[in-house]
Formats: sequence, structure tokens, C-alpha cells
Amino acid sequence: MNPRDRELVADLCARRAGLRVDPEKAYLLENRLAPVARREGYQSAHDLVAAIRDRDDDRLAWAAVEAMTPCGTDFFHDAAALDAAVDDLFVGPGAGDGQPVRIWAASCGGGQEAYSLAMLLHERAVLTPDVELFATDLSERRLEAAQAGLYSQFEVQRGLAARRLVRHFEAHEAGFVLSPHLRRTLRWARVNLLDDPERHGKFDLIVCRQPFGGYLDAARERMIGHLASALKPHGRLMLGAGETYPGLVEAGRPGLYRPASRVRAAA
Amino acid sequence: MKTCLVVDDSRVIRKVARRILEDLGFAVAEAGDGADALAWCRTTMPDAVLLDWNMPVMNGIEFLRLLRAEPGGAAPKVIFCSVENDLARIREALDGGADEYIMKPFDGDIVASKLAMAGVA
Repeated sequence: MNPRDRELVADLCARRAGLRVDPEKAYLLENRLAPVARREGYQSAHDLVAAIRDRDDDRLAWAAVEAMTPCGTDFFHDAAALDAAVDDLFVGPGAGDGQPVRIWAASCGGGQEAYSLAMLLHERAVLTPDVELFATDLSERRLEAAQAGLYSQFEVQRGLAARRLVRHFEAHEAGFVLSPHLRRTLRWARVNLLDDPERHGKFDLIVCRQPFGGYLDAARERMIGHLASALKPHGRLMLGAGETYPGLVEAGRPGLYRPASRVRAAA
Repeated sequence: MKTCLVVDDSRVIRKVARRILEDLGFAVAEAGDGADALAWCRTTMPDAVLLDWNMPVMNGIEFLRLLRAEPGGAAPKVIFCSVENDLARIREALDGGADEYIMKPFDGDIVASKLAMAGVA
């Protein structure tokens, strides 16, 4: 990839996803885009970028942007905090008000965070039809993989207790696959957090622990603002370590926030 | 400093595990089979045991059964570390008193994660 190629990809990432991509990091760009190029039938990342530029190919442009976005987390990342957030759903303010409980795992990457929530709810015997689990990511490709619920031997050993592995997974020739009844409890959608999430409704708990440090400041504010605006009045937003937003106050536990008042997304 | 006994008939695996565990702040002891490991535990009960399944003289599941019957033998956190990746085998290890299970091959992140889940990190 030449400097012009890298500038084009960095610009695409900034405009479409708010990602901060340093065009000087040639190795990183090559490393992420070479597999996309191979998959799409191009000889090199340079040829892929040339096709995006010359043909103004929207699908290819998104494929490049999605390849540059951060990947998901391990199973049960910061397990104590996740546990506490789920507990709060059923005993905290607004619990038991007869309304369906809505949970959104945003930027769920490979699906580990979303499935961790499903396992926790199932183990507490509260994963009823009145509980909605909504899992989203920017990457169509990662969403497809996540929906399959198939993980390698390495992946299931990162954060997932052996007792949960034997309880919730089945053997598969390529690793381990989450049991179908848990996979069916999730609703999946491709969502760009730069877009207003109003059409998806309001949520009791939103979990989004992607590292926002890789995004442009304005995009980061806009995305967290969008998440905060999608909370119900008693809703809680769970962010990664060190993330804050001016319209949010800590809700009793590190990393768990509630709106200070009605929060609107940054323009 | 917490102690971890690595029980494996492979010297290479013991060496790799030792390096990982020492980086995690453990004092490490080694045994080449279940009988050696049991003798070691009767002298000094470790905080954790990283335990292979298939070994000569005494295999991992036999060692675990005998360890748990020893005075103070309920205390160590036992983490199986085996090439056996069949869910029935993992269930058998957990039902037999293991606290966690690692499927080989492993790396430092997996060992750290499993020790934390077993409550010994």
C-alpha cells in the first residue's frame, strides 16, 4: 500500500465509523486489509484500495472499514461488574414494573459479551420471553460469525469457566458451539453507533465495552451520547474501564453509569 | 508467595508452565506423575495444582481422588491441564473435584484466566 492508499483508508474509517487510523502505520493497515483483499479476490491490499477508489464500491469500502474496527472482548470480561449489572436489572430501581427487560450488547464483536449476558440470565432463571437481548456490531462479517456461536478451543478458555463450558456448549469439529436454545434468545443487527439509535427503542441495560480510545474524540462523544440517549429513565450503561461521558454519573459500581439527566447525543 | 505444584510427565510442559506461573508470582514445584505429586502434597500442601490427566504410575484423576481424601487436601485449587478436550472428560474432572480445566495447548493468558476463576490468582 502506498501513502495515498493509506490516506484513503484512514479517511474512510474516520468518515464512516469515527475511527482514528494513523496512515503512517503501514504494517497495521496491510495486516488488517490483506485478508479482505484475498477474500474479495484481489492480489494485494493496494489492489483492494484501488478498486474502492476507482469503482467507488460502497460494499468494498465498508469491508475495509469493518476490518479496521476493534474486535470483541473475552467471555465474562470483568465478570464481577457484569454480574452486578445483571443483578441490578432485577432488584434495582424500575425492576418488576411489569415492562419487558431490554438489554443491548453494543459493538459485541465476536458475540462473547452478548452470550455471556445470555448465560448469566439463563443461570438466574430469568431468561424469559419478557427479556430481550439485542446484540449489534458494525461489522456484518463479525455478526455472521457471532450468530453461529462457534468458538475455538482458545476462545472458550478466555474468561469462560469450565463449568459454564460443559453446561452451555456442545462439541463441534471446529471447537465448541453454544447450545441452540441460548443462541435463539438473541436478536442481532448491524448498527453503526454514529447513527441515532432511536428506532431500536429504549433499554434497561446497555453494555458497550469496546475501547473508545481508538476513535476520534467527536465520534467517541457522539457514540456514547447515542448509547446514553437509548437508556430508559432507570437504565444503566456499562462502559469499558476509564470511559466517561459528561452526561453520565457513576451508578454505584465502577464502569456502570446512569444518565445525570436527559442526555442528548452530541451533534 | 503462593505455591503451585505442576504435575506432568512432560518435562517441556513443566518448564513452560513453570515460566508462566513464576511470571504470575507463584513459587513452583514439579512432579512427574500422580504418585510423586501425592508425596509432595503430604509434605507441603500447595495453594494450587496444575494437573495433567494421562501420566504413568498414577494418572491425574486418581491423584485428585486421593488428594481430596488427605488431611487438608480439600484446600488446593486443582486445575486440570490436559490434551483431553472432550466435554464428557471435562465434566468428569469437575465432578471428581477439579476447580478448573485447561485444554492444551495453553498460553499465559489462559493460565492466568483459569487461576483467577479458580480463585487462586
